[in-house]
Formats: sequence, structure tokens, C-alpha cells
Amino acid sequence: MPAIAVEGLRKSYGGVEAVRGLSFEVAEGEVFGLLGPNGAGKTTVVEILEGYRRRDAGRVSVLGVDPAAGGRGLRARVGIMLQECAMPRALSVRELLELYAGYYPRPRPAGEVLELVGLTEKVGARIRTLSGGQQRRLDLALALIGDPELIFLDEPTTGFDPSARRDAWEIVRSIRTLGRTVLLTTHYMDEAQSLADRICVIAGGEVVAEGTPETLGGRQTAAARIRFVLPGGLDLAALPMPARADNGRVVVETATPTRTLHELTAWAVARELELPGLEVLRPSLEDVYLELTRTPA
Amino acid sequence: MSDAALVLRQVRFEQRTFWRNPASAFFAFAFPVMFLLIFGSLNRGARIESMGNIPYNAYYVPALITFGVIGACMTNISMSVTIRRDSGVLKRLRGTPLPPWVFMAGLIGSSAVVSAILSGLLTAAGMLIYGIAAPRHPAMLLLVLVVGGMSFCALGLALSSLIPNAEAAPAVTNAVVLPLLFISGTFYPLDPSSVLSRIADWFPMRHFALALLAAFDPQGNQPGLPAAHLWVLLVWGLVGVTIAVRRFQWEPWRS
Ligand SMILES: Nc1ncnc2c1ncn2[C@@H]1O[C@H](COP(=O)(O)OP(=O)(O)OP(=O)(O)O)[C@@H](O)[C@H]1O
Ligand SMILES: [Mg+2]
Repeated sequence: MPAIAVEGLRKSYGGVEAVRGLSFEVAEGEVFGLLGPNGAGKTTVVEILEGYRRRDAGRVSVLGVDPAAGGRGLRARVGIMLQECAMPRALSVRELLELYAGYYPRPRPAGEVLELVGLTEKVGARIRTLSGGQQRRLDLALALIGDPELIFLDEPTTGFDPSARRDAWEIVRSIRTLGRTVLLTTHYMDEAQSLADRICVIAGGEVVAEGTPETLGGRQTAAARIRFVLPGGLDLAALPMPARADNGRVVVETATPTRTLHELTAWAVARELELPGLEVLRPSLEDVYLELTRTPA
Repeated sequence: MSDAALVLRQVRFEQRTFWRNPASAFFAFAFPVMFLLIFGSLNRGARIESMGNIPYNAYYVPALITFGVIGACMTNISMSVTIRRDSGVLKRLRGTPLPPWVFMAGLIGSSAVVSAILSGLLTAAGMLIYGIAAPRHPAMLLLVLVVGGMSFCALGLALSSLIPNAEAAPAVTNAVVLPLLFISGTFYPLDPSSVLSRIADWFPMRHFALALLAAFDPQGNQPGLPAAHLWVLLVWGLVGVTIAVRRFQWEPWRS
């Protein structure tokens, strides 16, 4: 049974359709990335799955339960980090974590979770004295304190410094190692690339592409580019294949990079030429993403 | 953890939040005590002719308990719930398995603790400093405090469900509660036959004050339970429960 199954999901606000017939599945133990531009409908989908918002149509199951009717039992099995961070600011970190731990049937020890999110030194600090990124980490700790089977993270690393982001990635990986399922939204392609087992890109409330970070949008089979600096005294026309100049370098586009590279290097070796800066480039996840979510002008 | 233990933890959490917030601790707790010290000593020795010539402070102590309990229950709940809802704290809480009734019980329990401390303190101070008589009917006093406290907690929840956002919370709450407290004779005894008292008769504040006075019973002429006042409190409490159940929201208002 998948951890999450969504089929034909629809949701409108007033007259505006925010989600239009979305379908996807998240397997148990998987880290699933939901990507899409601002206003694509990510938070709407996530909050329907969390049980906060009602859907207009479609079928939704979270850990085998309809979240609209989930209640206390489902909430005990799910950890939630909302896009907006809000906590009672008068409490200390320890007080809040222990309060939340009491809400769950089998919580993880507060000290362990604090260690995980790197807030151990702040255990006695009042929440109002924490920095924005530290509050976000505490928010993540609250999502983990109940030892949930499924964790929703809506833009979890927004506002993190680069090293805190790497730390957060480690946390997500460690959750994954425990066999937990994670649904995460993000605007950072490197984050999706390094964390997600599968990615679903939505725009305007519809799925535009789905796949692993490597194959998304035909990335693996898309034209590769071979790039190098043309050795002195040579002309583009001298090359054994069509090429174009780009910013002082030569770019060869090819659907068969192995063959083309072989031809190119054979040609160069035969002439005892070195090709400075030689590299083979695939479209990055970001390139694919931008292409997929480009709004027609 | 059992639900009863969970309620106790919620009460402790609400207590921490209450005492650490200068606004709530000051307005709900220190205000009534300060009023008693200032106006109680200014009117020491005065008597209220329209009420059978009882000492001013024999009237003023139950009146200030009215003020204190309504502040700890209605005002405090209305403001803190609205502010927490608007900041997203309630929404986050709703994502946990904490049952909503336990959350409500925590709020009410915490208000009960503050109300009990205030009532005890004001009564003791009235007796020790101004020499008023001890409440003549303690069991009746407890009953009135419980019925009134619960009703004003329900009204606090109801009022918060009508306030759009955190910025509006103090203004709306005070605009509703303070004038009603004033015309109910909470700050100053009002002639029962005056127009203001007639208006106040429709609202729970005045009935709470009169029921408390009946339990203190300075003249010793209270025939039995102040049933009419208790009924009005109960009806208003039910109005509060009805509105709160229908309208209570966990998420910030969007518009
Ligand atoms: N409560 C609401 N009332 C009215 N419209 C809403 C509401 N919530 C979202 N919308 C609209 O629905 C659309 C999708 O919003 P949503 O918050 O799901 O996007 P998102 O993908 O999470 O965006 P972001 O990346 O900016 O967080 C937007 O056009 C938004 O304006
Ligand atoms: Mg969002």
C-alpha cells in the first residue's frame, strides 16, 4: 500500500481553481519532492493531505486513511512542518518539546531530537530569543518528536544558512534510513536533487512532469552538450562535426554524446591537440525545471 | 499518557504562558488587586445607602471579584485565543493528536486557577485590610464562581471566534467587556433603578456581581440560592458555547 495516494484531486478557492485533477502516489519509505513555482498549489495539496483543508473532488488516502476523516489516530502517525512557522514564544525550547512529546503515544526523547536538529545548546532558551532559522529547526524538531511514520515538510529549509541546509538534508536522510516516508516541497533544485527519490513538478495545479531527479523531463535522454576551448589558430569549420561558439567556448550539441565525444577526441588526438576545459554537460535539474514550468508568453 | 494527565499538562502550559505575558498577568491579575488597594482605602469607612447602608468595601470586594474573574476568563481567553489563532499557533497545534476538548479544558482550567487565586486574595485582603466580614455562604460562593467562571470562559471563546485578527483582539474585547462591567456597577455602585442598571440587567456581568454579593451576604438577609442570577449566567454560558462550537476556528482568517 502506498503511503500517500492522490487521484483526480481538485480544489477551488472562490472561483479560482488552485488544484485541477492532480494524481500521484508516494511509496512507503520514499522521499517525495513536490516542486512548482509560487502559487502552483503545493501548499494546498499538502494541507489537504494533512487534513487542514477540504477537497472539492478526487480520492486521497494518507497511510490508508482519508485525511478529511482522519482524527486523532492519523495525527499521531504523521509529523507536520507547515510553511509558516508559529510557536508559543513565551516557552523555552525544552518546555515546548516536552509539551508536544506528551501529545503523542510513543514520542522520541526530546534530547535526541534536539541533537538531531542541532539545537542542543538552545535547550533552555526562550523561543522568542531564537533566530529565524533556529525557530525553523525547532519547528522541524516538533514535526519529529512524535516519531511519525510520515512527515510533511513544506519548504523546510527556507531561511536556513547553507550549512544548516546541509544539516537538514542529513536529518531527512536519517529519517529515510529509518524507513519513514517524507513528502517535501522546495524551491531549491539542489535540495530536490540530493534528497528526493522521486519528484513531481506541478504548475497551475496540474502535474507537468514526474520522475526521479535523474530522469525528470527526459533529462537523461535530452541532448547533451560537449564544451571546450578551441585551440589557437583553428576555425570552427575545421571541427569534424557542427558546432557553435558560445562565450569564447565551443559547444557541440548531441543526442549521442558517447559517439560524438569519441569522434571529437579521435580527431584531436590525431592532430596532437589538447582541448582545454573539455566537459560533457547534461541539462541540470534546474534547466529542466525552468523549461517545464515556463509560462507561455 | 491519559487524557486527564494531558489536561493537567495543558493547564500548566497555559499557566506558564499567562504569568510570563506581562499584559495578561498585569491586566488580569494586578489590576483588581491595585483597584482594591486604591479605591478600597479611598472609600474606607464609607457606606452605601441604597444597599441597606452596607460598608463600601463589603460591596466592593465581590464587585472586584466579578471584575477579576471576568478578566481571567472572558477577556484573557478571548485575547489569547485570537492572537494564537492569528499567528498560526493554533493551526500548528491542530496538526498534533491533542484532542480539541483537552485544549479547551486547559484554557478553562488555567482561567479557573487565576480566578481562584484572585478571589481568595481579594477576599483575604478585604477582610484583613478593611475588616469586611467573611463570605457568609462559602458553598454558595463556590457555586456562583464555578457557574460564572464557566459561562465567561465560554463567552471568551465565543467572542474570539468573532474577532478577525490579533490587532483587533484587545480593542474589540475591551470594547465589549469594559462598558458592560462599568454599567454593571463593578467599578462603582450604581443605583439599581437607573437606566444603566436596567440595560445591564440583560447581560451576565451584573448578575454575576449580584450573585457574588448574595453569597457574601453582608446584611445576612439572603434567603437562599440567587437562582435568577444563576439562570441568567447559565443562559449566557449556553449562548457562548453555541457560538463557540459553531464558529471556533484553528486557522487565521484569510480576509
Ligand atoms: N485560503 C486561500 N484562499 C484563497 N486562495 C488561496 C488560498 N490558499 C491558496 N490560495 C491560492 O491558491 C493558489 C495555490 O496556492 P498554494 O499556497 O497552494 O501555492 P504554493 O505552490 O504552495 O506556493 P508557494 O511556493 O508560494 O508556497 C494560489 O493562487 C493562491 O493564491
Ligand atoms: Mg506553499
